Amino acid sequence: MNNFGAKSALLAAAMAGGLAMTAVVPAMAADDTIKVGVLHSLSGTMAISETTLKDTMLFLIDEQNKKGGLLGKQLEAVVVDPASDWPLFAEKARELISVDGVAAVFGCWTSSSRKSVLPVFKELNSILFYPVQYEGEESEKNVIYTGAAPNQQAIPAVDYLMSEDGGSVKRWVLEATDYVYPRTTNKILEQYLLDKGVAAEDIKINYTPFGFSDWQTEVAAIKDFGSAGKKTAVVSTINGDANVPFYKELSNQGISAEDIPVVAFSVGEEELAGMDTTNLVGHLAAWNYFQSVDTPENAAFIADWHKFIGDDTRTTNDPMEAAYIGFNLWVKAVEAAGTTDTDAVLKALVGLKVPNLTGGTAELLPNHHLTKPVLIGEIQDDGQFDVVWQTEAEVPGDAWSDVLPEDKGIEADWTDPLTGCGHLDTATNTCGAAPAS
Amino acid sequence: MTFGWLRILLTLAALAFAPGAAFAQSADLPAMVNALGDGSFSDREQVINALVATGDEHVPAILQALADGELYARKSDQKVLIGKKSGSQIALTDPLDGSDLGSVASGDLDKVKTNNGLRGKIRTAIGAMTLLIPNRAMRLSAAQSVLKNADPEMLPLLDQAVADETDPEIKETMELARAVMVLKSDTSVEEKRAAVDLIASKGDRDAQTVLVNQLETAPEDLKPLIQTGIDSIGRSLAVWDVGQNLLYGISQSSVLLLAAIGLAITFGVMGVINMAHGEMVMLGAYVTFVVQELLRNFAPGLIDYSLAFAVPAAFLFTGLVGIGIERGIIRWLYGRPLETLLATWGLSLILQQAVRSIFGPTNKMVSPPSWMTGAFDLGGLTITWNRLWIVVFAMAVFLVLQIVLNRTALGLQMRAVTQNRRMASAMGIRTPFVDAMTFGLGSGIAGMAGVALSQIDNVSPNLGQGYIIDSFMVVVFGGVGNLWGTLIGALTLGVSNKVLEPVTGAVLGKIIILVLIILFIQRRPRGLFALKGRAIEQ
Repeated sequence: MNNFGAKSALLAAAMAGGLAMTAVVPAMAADDTIKVGVLHSLSGTMAISETTLKDTMLFLIDEQNKKGGLLGKQLEAVVVDPASDWPLFAEKARELISVDGVAAVFGCWTSSSRKSVLPVFKELNSILFYPVQYEGEESEKNVIYTGAAPNQQAIPAVDYLMSEDGGSVKRWVLEATDYVYPRTTNKILEQYLLDKGVAAEDIKINYTPFGFSDWQTEVAAIKDFGSAGKKTAVVSTINGDANVPFYKELSNQGISAEDIPVVAFSVGEEELAGMDTTNLVGHLAAWNYFQSVDTPENAAFIADWHKFIGDDTRTTNDPMEAAYIGFNLWVKAVEAAGTTDTDAVLKALVGLKVPNLTGGTAELLPNHHLTKPVLIGEIQDDGQFDVVWQTEAEVPGDAWSDVLPEDKGIEADWTDPLTGCGHLDTATNTCGAAPAS
Repeated sequence: MTFGWLRILLTLAALAFAPGAAFAQSADLPAMVNALGDGSFSDREQVINALVATGDEHVPAILQALADGELYARKSDQKVLIGKKSGSQIALTDPLDGSDLGSVASGDLDKVKTNNGLRGKIRTAIGAMTLLIPNRAMRLSAAQSVLKNADPEMLPLLDQAVADETDPEIKETMELARAVMVLKSDTSVEEKRAAVDLIASKGDRDAQTVLVNQLETAPEDLKPLIQTGIDSIGRSLAVWDVGQNLLYGISQSSVLLLAAIGLAITFGVMGVINMAHGEMVMLGAYVTFVVQELLRNFAPGLIDYSLAFAVPAAFLFTGLVGIGIERGIIRWLYGRPLETLLATWGLSLILQQAVRSIFGPTNKMVSPPSWMTGAFDLGGLTITWNRLWIVVFAMAVFLVLQIVLNRTALGLQMRAVTQNRRMASAMGIRTPFVDAMTFGLGSGIAGMAGVALSQIDNVSPNLGQGYIIDSFMVVVFGGVGNLWGTLIGALTLGVSNKVLEPVTGAVLGKIIILVLIILFIQRRPRGLFALKGRAIEQ
């Protein structure tokens, strides 16, 4: 995918141009394109999720170029494949920034990959737009988090299930894959449930390994836990590949959403595309966007996406919307700053507002997180979600969860990228280093 | 919930005795139906209650459509209609007179949404309204949904239903539902005592839940009886749970066996470390997907038998791929295990990426045939059909393979080549041909395993990776070169994994198993059943 032909042609043109203009401008500046890095795995385990985001970025860049590009220049995507290999993410990020000279990078999916590239972005002072919901507990100068923080997904989902509409759930199974995102999310959720007066024996936390495929025992245990006479729900942070066998087992063992609803944070339209959802109707997912959202912006987005990808059956999903918002934020910030210089763009970014696809506005907060609406959707038999509940207004993303005692009062403020702080203790007004995680 | 149960009872009783009797539609029925189209979920619940109270014969069908998500409000006039999806069009019918209203684009309609709570209520309401109809299947599901949400107000209706019922299965369900209602109502303690006995005799998890639920609110002198019931159910469930865990273990063993048995041939018999074995499984799963798509497009009537076509297709396709790999790569590398390992590992990456490029990186949907969905109860055991069929399939594959190896000319030649290649060659056996066939057989069996795994796992390019380590573990543990060893190895690993899992959790369970295998291999490097004799290739 790396467009070597075009790149060398461009370089030749730039050099020729430079020579013709008697080398008034350095060769770099003669580039009449702005390069944008796309850092998503196109092979390996994560390709299943990340390939779509690569396509989304190409789509967004294509659309922007049709509108006349940015600062009078065309945008050029530089696509690399970090192959689901976390150290390779850092290498590829370095290559994008220092060899290709990209203005910003859109990429990463897993928290491990984000943590891996962080030092590179800090050292080379570039910007990463990270489009996936994650566990929070982080705010960095060089990262813009366009996915949901826990308070924009997990907490509202639990609130919904506790409400009368959601079934007044009293007993909770936190079913999770064993890695950093579910571990942190469950830590926050468990504390939140305890704070809400749920008894400790009414919470069951269970971890399974990556790619787990034999869910018989776990599903039977859920059934068992749910037979104690209190309304029970499952909060699932099961990751990617393990979901399909989990849901297949649920439907085979006959756990219907009316008895024990499962609310998932990592299951979207894309994941459901590989499943027969007839027996899963009513199970839930919490996101900030669903393909079924009925707004003119979304209809136009889906139509353009289908035209670009040439396939009317391709779904859209939440991380795609996050990428869309992130890209538009960056475009707007570059236009405002008049340059792609990192610090200038970072300064312009904070406080910027762009429309999201659900009819509202996404604002980039000083902590580098967004305001987002929270939507709860029920799975339908056609693999789409029906929104059954949503927050009245956008929820501001909270980098450091207020639910955890150790993070209470911690804020992040990057209003001024040069003197900002990612871990500001508001009680003592000191900027401490984030605890090692 | 206050439905006019008595009124329903009367209308339905009339319906049951005079089928086809026409009812005068109450004048406000169309207005009520249209009112379903707007308002919040709680508004909708009110409308549903009102609709049920009319007792009109059209109401069950309308409610069913609502629960199935097939009720739409037309944007132009806010009229609520029943719609069936066909492509991007929705075919509309009038909910009251059933007249055909043509098809419109889905953009012109708003779906009338439901949520879990509402669907549960609708199901109970439909259950109550269809408890007395002649259709057996509908009556059974009505009884089950009434049991699920037993409302003491429905007691008179149930009394009548139980009295009229002749089918034993439905009657049992109804009596159970009635007992639950009695417990919830404020009838005499004597009657409740009988109800508790009835529920306790059912002895399953649902019965236990019902009793636990009633324990708090029950009258004092009933509490000991309920507690005894709960305890006795608990004891029998604990016994059944052991059996259930063993079953889970056997089921997981069958999956392990299927995944490993092809490897038992290529690695066990031929000694080739084939890292692309998992990809053969993955290819088999994709063959299933392709076969299903072809059937869907050209012979939709056969879709329920797609697996019967997929099994031979997968065997042939992956078998041919296997022969190609053996002829193209592996035969140049015999006796060089490290190079074989690297080459086949590279090949596995190539195959994964090839499938990803052709089919896309996302999961493909292989829908299960109807005879492989759901579960049935056997005593206190719940057995899911798909797992049961996979166990049967694994045993069948194992038996056929035994017969091929021990009773056919090809099997004889394979064993001869494995035991003493040069002697076999000297006896006139074309060893290269036998090598290719053996590798093809092993790969073909992996492909068939893929067909089975497509029913329980993702059909994605990564499918094979999840099984390669487990497969090697089974083969090495069982003893290289011995099919029985593979069977015993799969059973041991599967069952011990499932026995450990409830105690230690899945993550720790897996670690313990790995540690145990390492210790075992230290003691017996050649596995459970080591081949004896002089294997020339050593």
